[in-house]
Amino acid sequence: MRTLWRTSLAAWPRDAALLRDVGLVGLADGIVGLSFGAASVAGGLPWWVPVALSVLVFAGGSQIAAVGVVLAGGSPLAAVAAGSVLNTRLFPYGLAVADVVTSEYGPVRRWLIRVIGTHLITDESVAFALRQDTRSGRRAAFWTCGIALFVIWNATVLLGVGLGSALHDTSAFGLDSTFPAVMLALALPTLTSRSIKVAAGTGAVIAVALTPLLPAGLPLLAALGGLGTRWTGWRGLRRRSRDHRQPRDGGPQGRRAAGHADGMDSANGTDDASNGDELTVGGRR
Amino acid sequence: MMPVTAIAALAALTYAFRFTGPLLRGRVTVPAAAERLFADAATVLLIALAATAALTTGHGFAGWARPAGVLVAGVLAARRAPFPVVVLAAAGVTALLRLAGVP
Repeated sequence: MRTLWRTSLAAWPRDAALLRDVGLVGLADGIVGLSFGAASVAGGLPWWVPVALSVLVFAGGSQIAAVGVVLAGGSPLAAVAAGSVLNTRLFPYGLAVADVVTSEYGPVRRWLIRVIGTHLITDESVAFALRQDTRSGRRAAFWTCGIALFVIWNATVLLGVGLGSALHDTSAFGLDSTFPAVMLALALPTLTSRSIKVAAGTGAVIAVALTPLLPAGLPLLAALGGLGTRWTGWRGLRRRSRDHRQPRDGGPQGRRAAGHADGMDSANGTDDASNGDELTVGGRR
Repeated sequence: MMPVTAIAALAALTYAFRFTGPLLRGRVTVPAAAERLFADAATVLLIALAATAALTTGHGFAGWARPAGVLVAGVLAARRAPFPVVVLAAAGVTALLRLAGVP
């Protein structure tokens, strides 16, 4: 851990604005962590389930999704499937911050940094990193945000677990409303175009309509059929990707950055503070 | 119930998604269309999950108090209210309705 700390301290932000923004995002995530922990045990799960998920998975949306499926009576397999689909976006994120989670000081340190750093890849840490112009700035922003959120997230989930266990009649406090509310707040900022609104609306109708009929968890996966509404055929797909490949600002670097920024823009939505101007250069749908 | 194997599987898959990017660094670029499909799938899933979690319990209707709380939260979120306000409003509205006898 010492080497890790030295690496991140070397690039410690002198930037008060960054610390303030990370603090705001941390506050928001802390509220989610608190409600995730409390609602999980209130729903009847043992205390270690939300705690283990928070440490090992460390991706709020998928944790909430997986627990939501299980609490609705769904199979563990459906829970894992729903959580995993939400986390596919972490793959392009990893490409976007690859230069940040590495080190020049030998293979041992490089792997250590990589093994720990990749676990800290979240919507927020990647968004903060991509807002910086220099590599050292990106590194400082990524590690500051990543470490802060890991600590805040796990501490507040633990606190929520304690809170949820202490309350006797949790339904009286409306804790069951916080799950869907959080998911809605995460998803609404990404509904930026007509086609995704139609797809999401269709998916929601499919899922709700199938809930009385199918085993829990399956209606949710069936909702992905809503994506069919934005299908314009192979020719449309090819045309779209060609449009996307138009050079915006010259070289391949610019194109790559724009591609990543686009993905970020649509998947990220925890807090407006994490939506930097640079993230919108890729253009919305 | 959520068995340990399910937690381990989700953790392993999530770590694999995170780790592959840096491992392939500089060697591949994700087509923009595929990246957009990932993002759209996540959005569709989140909205569907919000809808089912708000409206249903098991195979039936959840009662009015919960969807009402979520609706208020959704309106606040659409109006860019701060995150804590959105979450507290959802719980608060549902709790008040239940206090008033709404199921």
